[in-house]
Amino acid sequence: MATTTSALGGAIRRREDPALIQGHGRYVDDIKLPGETAAAFVRSPFARAKVLSIDASEALAMDGVVAVYTAADVDSLGPLIAQLSFAPRPLLNGGEVKHVGEAVAMVVAENRYLAQDAADLVFVDYDPLEAVIDLKDAHSDRVIIHEGSESNTIISWAAPFGAEPEDQQAVRDQIEADKSRDDTVVVSQEMINQRLIPTAIEPRRVLAEWNPGYRSLNVWSSSQIPHALAGGIAVSLGLPTTSVRVIAPEVGGGFGAKLNVYNDEILVSWAAQQLARPVRWVETRREAANSTIQGRGWVGTATIVGTTDGEILGYDFDGIADMGAYTQNFTVAIPFLGLFVGSGQYKMPTYWKIDCVATNTTTTDAYRGAGRPEAVYYLERIIDMYAREIGMDPADVRNKNFIPNEAFPGAVSPIGFAMDTGDYSTNLNELLEVADYAGMKAERDAARAAGRHVGIGLSSYVEVCGFAPSGLADLGFNWATYGLPTAFNGSGLVRVNPDASATVIIGTGPSGQAHQTTWAQIVSDRLGIEVDNIVVKHGDTGDSPMGIGTFGSRSAAVDGAAAYQAADRVREKAAKLAAHLLEAAEEDVVFADGGAHVAGSPDSSVGWGDIASIAYQVHKAPEGTEPGLESEVFFTPSNATWPFGSHLAMVEVDADTGNVEILRYVSMDDCGNVINPMIVDGQVHGGIAQGIGQALFEEAIYDADGNLLSGSMVDYPIPTAGDLPAFELHRTVTPTDVNPMGVKGIGEAGTIGSAQTIVNAVVDAVAPLGVTHIDMPLRPRRVWEAIQEAR
Amino acid sequence: MEVSLTVNGQAVTSEVEARTLLVHLLRENLGLTGTHVGCETGYCGACTVHVDGTPVKSCTMLAAQVEGAEVTTVEGLANGELHPVQEGFWERHGLQCGYCTPGMIMTAAGMLADNDNPSEDEIRHGIEGNLCRCTGYHNIVRAIEYAAAKMRGDEPAAPDWEVV
Amino acid sequence: MYPRQFEYSAPASLDEALAALANNPAAKVMSGGMSLIPMMKLRLFSPAVVVDIGKIGGLDSIEDRGDHLAIGALVRHVATANSPLVQQYAAALAKAASLTGDPQVRNQGTTCGAIAHADLAADQTAAVLALGATMVAKSTGGTREIAAADFFVDTLTCALQPDEILVELLVPKAGAGEGSAYTKLGRRGGESDYAVAGAAAWVRKTNGSVDAARVALTGVGSKAVLAAAVGDALVGSDGSATAIEAASAHAAEGVNVLEDLHGSVEYKTHLAKVYVQRALTAALT
Repeated sequence: MATTTSALGGAIRRREDPALIQGHGRYVDDIKLPGETAAAFVRSPFARAKVLSIDASEALAMDGVVAVYTAADVDSLGPLIAQLSFAPRPLLNGGEVKHVGEAVAMVVAENRYLAQDAADLVFVDYDPLEAVIDLKDAHSDRVIIHEGSESNTIISWAAPFGAEPEDQQAVRDQIEADKSRDDTVVVSQEMINQRLIPTAIEPRRVLAEWNPGYRSLNVWSSSQIPHALAGGIAVSLGLPTTSVRVIAPEVGGGFGAKLNVYNDEILVSWAAQQLARPVRWVETRREAANSTIQGRGWVGTATIVGTTDGEILGYDFDGIADMGAYTQNFTVAIPFLGLFVGSGQYKMPTYWKIDCVATNTTTTDAYRGAGRPEAVYYLERIIDMYAREIGMDPADVRNKNFIPNEAFPGAVSPIGFAMDTGDYSTNLNELLEVADYAGMKAERDAARAAGRHVGIGLSSYVEVCGFAPSGLADLGFNWATYGLPTAFNGSGLVRVNPDASATVIIGTGPSGQAHQTTWAQIVSDRLGIEVDNIVVKHGDTGDSPMGIGTFGSRSAAVDGAAAYQAADRVREKAAKLAAHLLEAAEEDVVFADGGAHVAGSPDSSVGWGDIASIAYQVHKAPEGTEPGLESEVFFTPSNATWPFGSHLAMVEVDADTGNVEILRYVSMDDCGNVINPMIVDGQVHGGIAQGIGQALFEEAIYDADGNLLSGSMVDYPIPTAGDLPAFELHRTVTPTDVNPMGVKGIGEAGTIGSAQTIVNAVVDAVAPLGVTHIDMPLRPRRVWEAIQEAR
Repeated sequence: MEVSLTVNGQAVTSEVEARTLLVHLLRENLGLTGTHVGCETGYCGACTVHVDGTPVKSCTMLAAQVEGAEVTTVEGLANGELHPVQEGFWERHGLQCGYCTPGMIMTAAGMLADNDNPSEDEIRHGIEGNLCRCTGYHNIVRAIEYAAAKMRGDEPAAPDWEVV
Repeated sequence: MYPRQFEYSAPASLDEALAALANNPAAKVMSGGMSLIPMMKLRLFSPAVVVDIGKIGGLDSIEDRGDHLAIGALVRHVATANSPLVQQYAAALAKAASLTGDPQVRNQGTTCGAIAHADLAADQTAAVLALGATMVAKSTGGTREIAAADFFVDTLTCALQPDEILVELLVPKAGAGEGSAYTKLGRRGGESDYAVAGAAAWVRKTNGSVDAARVALTGVGSKAVLAAAVGDALVGSDGSATAIEAASAHAAEGVNVLEDLHGSVEYKTHLAKVYVQRALTAALT
């Protein structure tokens, strides 16, 4: 196979894989402790109700039941900590439950079967209250969900960001004025970006062990944010942070669902301390749907005013976002992330506003893309509708309105954010060329002439990744509420050991992103030490520098940059030592092939073993050398990164049934420089699949009483292999200038680019039948109904 | 109750409840944690093992049902060597988080045992009982194609990614 | 996730199994367990006793008995789907079995089990209706034959008594001029997963004219049902595309179409017509 052994850019095989493909990976539920107990939760069947009484006597009388805890037992711990905590969740609710699935009691028993048996025997008397499920109904404030609040709207975000309200209004007024001109076209559409259930294949698991002698807590959790979790547990339990060690071992997918500190994590830790026995909780799939966070859940109206020849004069978005019952880690920040990309990579004046509204449903938070797929969906759908309205090719409309290359460096989006680098037209045009867009259109038109319903969908996107510059801490991007007042820095420790191997320790961990491979490549690139001789340790707060977490496509751009710089600092010291050994000037030392030599004299070289040897025995080193060969670096970039791309799909609709088949999917993504193209491709594949899942299948469906009707995999269909085509992936490369590797981030790009690409294609397929818009998911029923309505 | 069976070639006897699921016999009683649990409705396939040579979902079988049977888990698929499917997953980046991987590999190994020259469409429908949320299945399909080629003695196709 | 406690028995013979059922009114028969075990794990259904018939010998064969095929209680979906006999003589059933569940489910679940489970969106239920199959039910009291048309009572309810086991399924063999087919729309689109709507059709053509036809629907109501009006409309026609289209218009006549997450009454009524038309077209070619 094509391999490069070390340098950035090599498609080396993953070092994670040998264990995982043989069943030797260790996920939380694979770690067993002596004396373990198992926890199960008693959850509300009502979306809103007063808890009148809880009778746990039968459960407590069962053989094998260790304890049953209710709100009274844990109220002293306070509510669940969150970053922007406008409507905090009680750890256990003994007052008014606010969504189906909210925990009211926790049972601890000798094993998981008994725990579930006992949970069934905890009888809770509820007085049901009127629940508010519909987002618009909640937005109307007909019924207020949180007692003492004046409105269900928790917060509103508006842009141009940072502008005074009157200046924002001026933008809106100008857009309104353009709308009323005789020579402009106005296209407006209300659209739903439906709620989704993240659905990592590994549900969440927690295992906690308290040592009363050391007064220390070990917690294994399937988490994307081990350090924040350690902080959250410590603050809740009144322990020093250093007494709590969180280990996120192998994590079976996250996608944002594990980017939260959850009440179960606090409660299991607390119970382990109370009982002085290990406590394990294994989430069921129904709990994953009902009590872990969901994502998306927006309804909004997008409006474009433009000329008849494709110049967009203004864009207006007015939306409401469903927060669910409580605010958790990033709940209200998700629509704000959408605002960042509200005007996309276009230059038109933009007014953008969203209200964050509480409902009696499961809390929403980050799900892959987190606000950006939603914002991009509205923008790219309405651009498509505008192109159709004026009869112009959607690619031409996009090309005409992109922020031009001349704007870089120093480009500021109309919505008010400085962007790092971009080359949007090249990216789009290369996609059109490599996919043979002209040929696709001819094929579509021929199919149409033969009576088939074939359509082509196109979308460009820009996203914002690599959070974040330290200054964003003031906007809430920090872990202060978890007792850790830190900005979203990257961090990494690089150490060359006495045996010339290298150890890299990072404070975050992967949930599939291949940190072990990628970080080894970064460090190998800087030091010339073979990848196989570099160990990457991650996901353990006990021995790692403070790390923020793996989310927001930030790992390589922020934490990777820290490791890169740490390796460079190690190399600087090593260069001094090598110069000493080579009896050369430090500036003449070159690192290559597992060692160092004098420039121009590769035959005269020293190995890393020689260098490490004197680094750890400094009497052989130049006078004043400090022993050791390591560096720990915290990195804050000057800006976030702004990856971008364009996606293209061809679909066929069976107009008799509404069935959609994807015939072709081609992408052209630009994430700056690429560390491992194999891994980057994998991220794009998975991202596209999740976007297609949203476009075609997935929806968290609530009934009017707040019951989640799609709470199992039977009713919440995520894509299978048979539903998807092979993906054709391509890249342009526009490096960022905000980190030393020029990498931007790729974890969410596929998702951000894909949902509207599919919807645009389906609408194109049925446009000849008169359809102009269909709300996702485009299950056969909905497509067929749209066709009937149009007819 | 007691259940006796052969697991990865070893005869074992274990004490279980009537309600104990096969996957829990494997994971909790026998310590074979390579077989995973991802759902509760028999949809995700992370728990796939071979019972008497056939891929089945071990979370949707009682331990009692496998009395006398031969069970193979991912740990025993190649006993320390790599089965061509495992090799394919490694060579063609068929996994990311790895959680669905053991089940996916067991299903694929069962499929290729019956047919070592499946079409892409047959592969895609052949793994419909295994859900993956990371890969979009693209490289899983490529991994299985790689394994099929190896099993036929053919040279696997080059990988899809572009190396720059 | 974890079933409630129950008693488990795995009799080695059919007589023992029937005795166990006769002695335990609360007992439930399990063959593959593909439907039963998930319901027990979700604690939606918690039988006190499970009688596992999976260890009984001699129930896993597909036999050619002259004018019909006999499919034993333990014949897996995959065996039904891949059987040359079923493919040749009861194509609708082979196709329906091939679209049931997913590969692992087809490896473990049984055709008779799926039929006795009587899910409203199952595949093989429609096929046995259209094929005019007969269910053979046994209890300690004796054996009785139940016509497919009388077998499906309601959602998850069939005509079996609690002490009866569906020991085999008798499917008439298609003769000269006869054909059958099954086609469906799955919940994710395509043909995978449970049916949003599916139709099975069996047609006999003699001397260029349709002289018998039976069509059944699944997924559109509370159970698999015969679409009797379609057969009536098609008989006597030449089986042409025009005749099929005309007959298919009657697909939902007399059928109590119900709305669910996957379709409105209007949509499912429409799909019934579309899939009846597609199934008839396939059965006649």
